[in-house]
Amino acid sequence: MKILLVAEYRDGKLLGSAYELIAFAQKMAADSVMFLAGSEAALPAYDGRLYLADAAVCGEFNPDVHKALLLDVIAREQPEMIAFSHSSYGWDLAPRVAFALRAAQVSEVVDVADGALVVPACNAKLRRNVQVKTAKTVVTLQAGAFGLADAPAGTPAVEKISADAAGKLEFGGYEAAEQGGVDLSKAEVIVSAGRGVGKPENVAMVAALAKALKGEYGASRPVVDSGWVEHKRQVGTTGQSVAPKLYVACGISGAIQHLAGMKKSEFIVAINTDKDAPIGEVADVLVVADLKQFVPLLTEKLQAL
Amino acid sequence: MKILVCIKQVPDMESKFKIAASGTWYDSADLAWRMNEYDEYAVEQAVQLKEQVKEADLTVLCIGSERVKETMKKALAMGCDRGAHVADDDCAGKEPYEIAAIIAEYAKDKGFDLIFTGMQSQDRGSAQVGVLAAEMLGIPSISTIVTFSYADGRIEVKRELEGGVKALLKTRTPALVTCQLGLNTPRYPTLPNIMKAKKKELISLPVADLLKVEARMETVKMYFPEKKGGGLVLEGDPGQLADKLIQILKEKTGVLA
Ligand SMILES: Cc1cc2nc3c(=O)[nH]c(=O)nc-3n(C[C@H](O)[C@H](O)[C@H](O)COP(=O)(O)OP(=O)(O)OC[C@H]3O[C@@H](n4cnc5c(N)ncnc54)[C@H](O)[C@@H]3O)c2cc1C
Repeated sequence: MKILLVAEYRDGKLLGSAYELIAFAQKMAADSVMFLAGSEAALPAYDGRLYLADAAVCGEFNPDVHKALLLDVIAREQPEMIAFSHSSYGWDLAPRVAFALRAAQVSEVVDVADGALVVPACNAKLRRNVQVKTAKTVVTLQAGAFGLADAPAGTPAVEKISADAAGKLEFGGYEAAEQGGVDLSKAEVIVSAGRGVGKPENVAMVAALAKALKGEYGASRPVVDSGWVEHKRQVGTTGQSVAPKLYVACGISGAIQHLAGMKKSEFIVAINTDKDAPIGEVADVLVVADLKQFVPLLTEKLQAL
Repeated sequence: MKILVCIKQVPDMESKFKIAASGTWYDSADLAWRMNEYDEYAVEQAVQLKEQVKEADLTVLCIGSERVKETMKKALAMGCDRGAHVADDDCAGKEPYEIAAIIAEYAKDKGFDLIFTGMQSQDRGSAQVGVLAAEMLGIPSISTIVTFSYADGRIEVKRELEGGVKALLKTRTPALVTCQLGLNTPRYPTLPNIMKAKKKELISLPVADLLKVEARMETVKMYFPEKKGGGLVLEGDPGQLADKLIQILKEKTGVLA
């Protein structure tokens, strides 16, 4: 089997997810070639053929043009599988390519078992094994699901490509994430509020617990989206990545995008009414309790120490 | 202006799931159902656009059994003008390509200027349907939007990338956008609007009239993931739980030193 790996490039940099794609190809015991709309100045450590389109010409984000470039490479290489990261770039481009190829697309693959692709369902509470019926398969891989055992090495054999296609979208540049305010990455203890806090007033009890533990408070995305907590305090893929000595998740279910930002914490405590909440998968201790009752109690006892 | 918003009904994710007898999906019995969270933002944005341009007709489309009409009524109460229910008792078994094909088949001759969908569903989470439907219709699509504005046949959006970075994008209508969490603040339907929604048109179309493609993949098995995390689960009286947790923090972490 041959897999075309679609690496990513943003703001002048190669993204590290390229190595997760290589690890996936290894796990599949497949041959691979790689595609990158990037630059010669930022090539991956990869022993294989790399089709390189110049991002300065074709754009970093230009799905119609990247699709045309990919279809060219696919016509030449005839891979059975095309692998993207399940990222903002990958989940946008993959369906476009799959549709053009009349291929099935399996999204957010976390594993391969019994010849089937394994994907999560229902906020990771369930899993599905998927079997494909088409000659070619497009997959997107969950961030962090596949990793190289050894440090990446090698030099790609670069083949430059270009396309005349024009895109339907006009790209107007990037807007940086909000700056300033608290720096969660320096905190030794982080206590985060999830949607389980129920109302904005209850964020205060989570902040009080953080203070009792001499730490900072953070939040999951819905709490930030609702405007209850500033974005700087959001933990997860579209917020901060943190690894404190202690992380306490209050009323947070444990969606993959939240876990990605905190699972490297040294010790994780989750407070949740749902014993089956996926946060239990990464928690060292899961306290099954109503946070509105438990958090103030715990804070009081800590203050009395 | 003609606007379409596509929604899905999903179980509440805090539900206690069971595997169905087929072994390939979750059991739909004893679940609480609601509008897919991402779609709530799509409906709100569609209604805001209708309010902005005044002369607009907004259709909400949903595929599923009779049960999904409850969720459609919420969208109608939020401000959609009419409902197109694609009657399908086996919606859960359909893969994103089939769902997108149904939407595209419905939309193809209707001249929608804008189509809104959620960026993904909470149960399947494939993040394919919106982009696929746009490819089938041959119109531009932008996924994962967190801001939206429309003027004179053009849209301007911010698309969310990792780490809170955003990309600025523009395109012409007709176009499709897939909506990300936080795009807006979805309104709660008011009682008068809930009453009004009851009188709005809600037609049912048999899925067989719209589905002209075959599935390209199938779920062969659904199951609970093996519990890998060997974490301790504490249950019982909150006061005692707090004492126990403090004891553990003292033993296992240095933070109470
Ligand atoms: C592209 C993308 C990027 C994303 N980026 C991020 C990100 O950076 N960060 C992030 O957090 N999310 C992110 N998300 C959203 C993510 O998928 C989840 O929707 C989100 O993390 C859910 O937040 P939550 O756990 O607080 O809420 P929910 O999933 O609603 O969970 C609430 C939890 O609270 C529990 N609960 C309810 N009441 C109580 C109570 N009284 N006491 C105790 N527990 C209670 C429930 O059992 C449940 O487990 C992203 C999603 C996408 C698609």
